[in-house]
Amino acid sequence: MLIWLSLLFLALFSSVAFMLGRGRAVKTAGGVARVLHSLPGYYGTYAALWAGVPAALLLLLGAMFGGRVEDAMLQAQRPAVVRALAVDRQAVFFSDAQAIASGIAPSEIAYEGELKAALDIKVAEAQRVDALIRYSVLALAGVLALAGFLLAFPRLSADFRARNRVEGWVGGLLLTCSIAAVLTTVGILMSLVWESWRFFQTVSPISFLLGTEWNPQIAMRADQVAATGAFGAVPLFAGTFLIMLIAMAVAAPVGLYSAIYLSEYASRPVRATIKPLLEILAGVPTVVYGFFAALTVGPLFRAFFNGIGAAMAGGPFPGVADYLMQVQNQMALVAGVVMGIMLIPFVSSLSDDIINAVPQTLRDGSYAMGATKSETVKRVVLPAALPGIMAAMLLAVSRAVGETMIVTMAAGLQAKLTANPLDTVTTVTVQIVTLLTGDQEFDSAKTLSAFGLGLTLFVVTLGLNIIALRIVQKYREQYD
Amino acid sequence: MPPASPDDSVSAPKIKTAAPRSYAPAASSEIKIHAKDVNVFYGDKQALFDVNIDIPAKSVTAFIGPSGCGKSTFLRCINRMNDTIPTAKVSGVIEIDGQDVNLKSVDPVVLRSRVGMVFQKPNPFPKTIFENVAYGPRIHGLATGKAELEAIVESSLKKAGLWNEVADRLHQPGTGLSGGQQQRLVIARAIAVGPEVILMDEPCSALDPIATARIEELIDELRSQFCIVIVTHSMAQAARVSQKTAFFHLGKLVESGSTEDMFTNPRDTRTQDYITGRFG
Ligand SMILES: Nc1ncnc2c1ncn2[C@@H]1O[C@H](COP(=O)(O)OP(=O)(O)O)[C@@H](O)[C@H]1O
Ligand SMILES: [Mg+2]
Repeated sequence: MLIWLSLLFLALFSSVAFMLGRGRAVKTAGGVARVLHSLPGYYGTYAALWAGVPAALLLLLGAMFGGRVEDAMLQAQRPAVVRALAVDRQAVFFSDAQAIASGIAPSEIAYEGELKAALDIKVAEAQRVDALIRYSVLALAGVLALAGFLLAFPRLSADFRARNRVEGWVGGLLLTCSIAAVLTTVGILMSLVWESWRFFQTVSPISFLLGTEWNPQIAMRADQVAATGAFGAVPLFAGTFLIMLIAMAVAAPVGLYSAIYLSEYASRPVRATIKPLLEILAGVPTVVYGFFAALTVGPLFRAFFNGIGAAMAGGPFPGVADYLMQVQNQMALVAGVVMGIMLIPFVSSLSDDIINAVPQTLRDGSYAMGATKSETVKRVVLPAALPGIMAAMLLAVSRAVGETMIVTMAAGLQAKLTANPLDTVTTVTVQIVTLLTGDQEFDSAKTLSAFGLGLTLFVVTLGLNIIALRIVQKYREQYD
Repeated sequence: MPPASPDDSVSAPKIKTAAPRSYAPAASSEIKIHAKDVNVFYGDKQALFDVNIDIPAKSVTAFIGPSGCGKSTFLRCINRMNDTIPTAKVSGVIEIDGQDVNLKSVDPVVLRSRVGMVFQKPNPFPKTIFENVAYGPRIHGLATGKAELEAIVESSLKKAGLWNEVADRLHQPGTGLSGGQQQRLVIARAIAVGPEVILMDEPCSALDPIATARIEELIDELRSQFCIVIVTHSMAQAARVSQKTAFFHLGKLVESGSTEDMFTNPRDTRTQDYITGRFG
């Protein structure tokens, strides 16, 4: 609350600084704006920036790190009674003190005797420290705002290069934003690497990457069998790969052909109808595709294969017939096909844009040579669009690899190393979700393995993207 | 079907005639293309009105006129490229060697193998130089083997005056050539199917003066083998390369005749105004 009020106040102060700055610039120019180096607004903006930005930054820093400083100050001195507690109990003690001080928790929390006395002292201290930090940040911000303004204001004269200075500020702002984006990514990556490193201390990377058994359940008691669980990720990556292959086998031809039809053959009204329809399809949430897979496609496929099995019964392959009759709703094929359907509009819409971007002059050139439409499409348009289409396909692949919901609902959760599309499989992303949902402590090998999976997936997708870029570049060189 | 193997037209090495810088000799008398009462509509908008013209064989005919007057539209009637524009409607008669190109029985694919076209902006396919020239022979099945295809490619590139520049890099992308080279590559591509007519729509407007001069020389060389129709908005170019000139204005063919007559002695005041630069 206080921070919003003070930011509002600061904004008001900046506006005043703007007016004053502009007024002063115009006045030094004797009222003739043409004499000024920059437009009058730049002088005002310059003053406003100096008055507002440093103070605002300080307020934000205060809001972000004030709590940390408060903790550190509060915990610098620990009474003997507190030090006697276990480490995690000490942490609870201090957080209780702060909660009471800020009025979040009732003051009659269950502490007794000496501990209660120590708590009361700390509560009072917490209130003091809190006020101290708050008001000193406020005071400092006020001083900064004033100082900034007083620094900028006297500089404003007719030949002051206000525009260049303001542009410098704007450049700095843009740089900050891009650095923030990069730093965030690096931060995410670092935490991934860090947690994975912890995981790889308990499970060796070799057995993780090459192991063929995935069973992350760790026994509750040491005397149970399989006390360590098994963390071989190969079945997960194989499952991911299998489903991705099935999905692309559906999405790549259908998407590409529909794009070719839309951009080269469809008449204007047909195109105007189909294109928006496809785009609506692209907006269907994946959960809905999940329902569709689990409730419609799954049973349909099962009935189909069971039927084939029944028809084959008594034939020359009794094993196959038996197997087909026992196929269940959940299988890789269902998840893959539905995921492929989900990707069709994605592939088709991207490819359509790419094919449309092939210059009309190339088509004209081909027609003028006496080529038919299909020759033109096959020999000129598609080769010209190929790099873009490859990039679109790889984007679709990375969506297929990252897709979770459909697989969870349609392919089962069992990690099996199989190439049989009628079997249940699971994928990397599904396992990450199951490992991290629910009540989990974040230091067992089971939960940490999720980070190991995440890191490996990241490396794989990064590799895919690099290969894709290389291919695209190679074709570019050839075609530009 | 396309004319027999283009080889026989290829074998005779071209002796370069001294490029005439004034007016070339009068057009040959044999008529290749005959157009009668050609009207073209784009939707409701009429772009050409009753165009009548005879275009002589083995010579260069230039179409001039202010932009938007229908020169390209008429050019596209000759090889039926207007078929690719859904709104375009063509009426009237256009005959090549006495055969009406708009008859239902005429396959535009075959027609276009007889009538090649070169566009304003060089449009080589994103393929190698070799594949660009081999494109037409391949789709029309003109070569029975690799050696024959290579021979066609070589002779076409030679006729287009590009062979010496690209002989050692036939398998590099055609799009890597300079603008003028690309335009000659596109001409070689058109020649490779052995056409009788070559249509050129402002072929030099995207080129620098040196590349333009090179193309003009080439056009002059090709004149002895092809009927060439060129759209140009440079009067000087029309005077340099053509034997016959047709002046279009607002969708009408105002006047046509030998280039020399048109430029020294125009009959219509509109032609006079245009070639003296009073409008356009
Ligand atoms: N594809 C098209 N659709 C509709 N109108 C067109 C089309 N192409 C040309 N036109 C119109 O036809 C007229 C003649 O055009 P064009 O033949 O390109 O002229 P020029 O080549 O002499 O500059 C112009 O008014 C132009 O706007
Ligand atoms: Mg034109």
